[in-house]
Amino acid sequence: MLLFWPLVIPFLTMVATLFAWRSIRTQRALSLLGAAALLAVALVILTRVIADGPFAEQAGAWPAPFGITMVADGLSAAMITLTGLVALAAAVFGLQDVSDGEARSGHHPLANALLAGVCGAFLTGDLFNMYVWFEVMLISSFGLLVIGGRKAALDGATKYVGLNLIATVAFISGVGLLYGTTGALNMADLHGRLAGRGGEAGILMATGLIIFAFGAKAALFPLHFWLPASYHTPSFTTSALFAALLTKVGVYALIRYFTLILPIADTPAQPALLWIGGFTILAGALGALAQSGVRRVLNYSIMSSIGAMILGLALATPLALVGAVFYLAQDMIVKANLYLVAGSARRLAGSEDFAEAGGLWRAAPWLAALFLVPALSLAGVPPFSGFWAKLILTRASLEAGGYWCAALILGSGLMTLLAMARIFAEMFWKSHPEGDVAAGGRLPAAAWAPLVALSLLIAGAGIFAAPGVEASEAIARNLLAPDAYLAAVLGPGAEVRP
Amino acid sequence: MEVMLALTAGVLVAAGAYLMMTGKTVPYVFGLTMISNAANLIIFSTGRLTLAKPALVPGEAITISGAANALPQALILTAIVIGFGLLVFALALAYRSYYALGTAEMDEMRVAEPVERD
Amino acid sequence: MNSLILSTAARFLIPVILALSLFIFWRGHNEPGGGFIGGLLAATAFALLAKASGTAKARRTLYLRPRAIAAFGLGCALVGGIWGGLATGAFLKGMWPFLTIDAEGHKHGLPFGSIMLFDFGVYLVVLGTVTGILFALEDSLAEDAAGAEDVPLDKEDGRWR
Repeated sequence: MLLFWPLVIPFLTMVATLFAWRSIRTQRALSLLGAAALLAVALVILTRVIADGPFAEQAGAWPAPFGITMVADGLSAAMITLTGLVALAAAVFGLQDVSDGEARSGHHPLANALLAGVCGAFLTGDLFNMYVWFEVMLISSFGLLVIGGRKAALDGATKYVGLNLIATVAFISGVGLLYGTTGALNMADLHGRLAGRGGEAGILMATGLIIFAFGAKAALFPLHFWLPASYHTPSFTTSALFAALLTKVGVYALIRYFTLILPIADTPAQPALLWIGGFTILAGALGALAQSGVRRVLNYSIMSSIGAMILGLALATPLALVGAVFYLAQDMIVKANLYLVAGSARRLAGSEDFAEAGGLWRAAPWLAALFLVPALSLAGVPPFSGFWAKLILTRASLEAGGYWCAALILGSGLMTLLAMARIFAEMFWKSHPEGDVAAGGRLPAAAWAPLVALSLLIAGAGIFAAPGVEASEAIARNLLAPDAYLAAVLGPGAEVRP
Repeated sequence: MEVMLALTAGVLVAAGAYLMMTGKTVPYVFGLTMISNAANLIIFSTGRLTLAKPALVPGEAITISGAANALPQALILTAIVIGFGLLVFALALAYRSYYALGTAEMDEMRVAEPVERD
Repeated sequence: MNSLILSTAARFLIPVILALSLFIFWRGHNEPGGGFIGGLLAATAFALLAKASGTAKARRTLYLRPRAIAAFGLGCALVGGIWGGLATGAFLKGMWPFLTIDAEGHKHGLPFGSIMLFDFGVYLVVLGTVTGILFALEDSLAEDAAGAEDVPLDKEDGRWR
């Protein structure tokens, strides 16, 4: 039952917030409580995985390849723990950021449905079940995007919905083809059945469709247009949830697919993924330089981080996978922090457009310092966590002989630094176009607390990097040799099935 | 039978893609519906196509030979339900955005990403 | 809509559809049918009423708000899942409190338990969601047909209904 609590808790919170529809205060308290409970349960799962290794649970006690399996290995457990953390930070920040109007149109139930979908996608051990959780995630994100009812949100949502629905269709077709050729949907079962068959036409086609689907969810290069069109339109809390969780689910799914289901060395997809990752980095880094609003810059910086993770996956060496996993984990915290800082900056400056904002250095120097922590981490400046992620990936690229990959990662770091410097100059350094900004008032504690906590985490994960890197190494080792995972799902010795 | 399904799916995808490329919201949603139905047909065909042989195991037997696999049909049912929900949402969104933005042309929707003025 | 034929027919059809929906739901215990299709049928009954006599009447007849029905249904389904989870450790495991199995393996009692509760939850979620969407669409169509100007969408706190 333990592995089902990360799904049940958000859904129970959703039911409770739906019943408390009229009282926004109750909804906020319930959301906070639900996020805290999610984090607690995720921590319990994480400690159990660290102590005993991967474990699985079957819905309705149906045995593994037939029923719906939930599996927690190192990667899943780390991901849901970070999800709980981001959810808690967003819930605290949302106390002052989510407007009454949005809360009254159902922000809290939808946000909890989103969390359930994200946790389900991270924990499921079944490809079709993953499709279902993706849809739960998708439809609640649709709702979250439009509830503000601003024109920009409707505009962004139209593109977000349109492009994501194509990915959905590709996903279901890929899953159907995979089932047609192998007769299995359980990921551990697929691992055995697909061994050595990566080059077959049917499986190649299914893999292509699945790369398309996950790639669109992760905003990889030619499929990314929905992200910069929409992520800056809803409330900052919603933006932070989206930026920290949604694209990461796509990356997680790609990592899962190309380590457990079909090891990337067995497929001709590897060079394609390398190219896609490279172009995603470039598109993100260049795009970030051309934007004129805080969140619009950050939208593109999501892409350059995602590209680096995909590059790490596509290099297909153990060290590169360590880098990808570490990057993925720390980026969830960094992205949540950046969008929340942007929310606080917008609250003080009155706008997130560079042309209409400024003067925050004088009005709130501490906020400027809090912005620098995630921003420098994003650019890969020591001593923050992003530095180690970029360092491991660069070293892995050099060892694998991918000099242009290393150049891309380092170059994108420089361009990200430029983009972050631009935000700093425009929002904090230059004076406000309308004079004094200090009249904007003080930030409430609910806006400070999550920023400080997340910044401390980023700095801590950078200064004391050894545990995080060692954990990523253990996770990557288990991903590359998934014996413990297979044994947990199918029972001991079951992997040598025909 | 498979050939017929494959052709139908192909025609549906082609028509859907054509509609989606018109650049208007409502035809886009209709095109998407066609493509998602084509995907359902593809999954349907993976489960073996049989005429008049329900996948009901008779009497004491444990398996039944030659009948269609019922699992893809269950998957399609799930996909249809989800697809239906998404379609309803997409149509309502298209309707709302037409009223709020005053256009159904995707290219003219520039509120979220305004054209840079020099 | 103002049609005498429709509103007269609706008066007879709605009880029939509702009874059928309950029958289909009940039948789903062991045979084709179940909560989803039953809930959908029940929602059609209310859709018919909304078409024939307006959403105000349909809302009154439904008595509870669609949102509350859906929330209650989701709660039922969750309880149906957690029940087995807490009792046996496997989420969604079927629990049969009124059923006993004797030494020869024959079952006695009433096969009524967590599965039924889960399915009933599905029934309510579908009924609540579909009627909620239909009523909202019907209302906004009626509003637009009445020539109402564009709702103030661009307000910071404007609600999108």
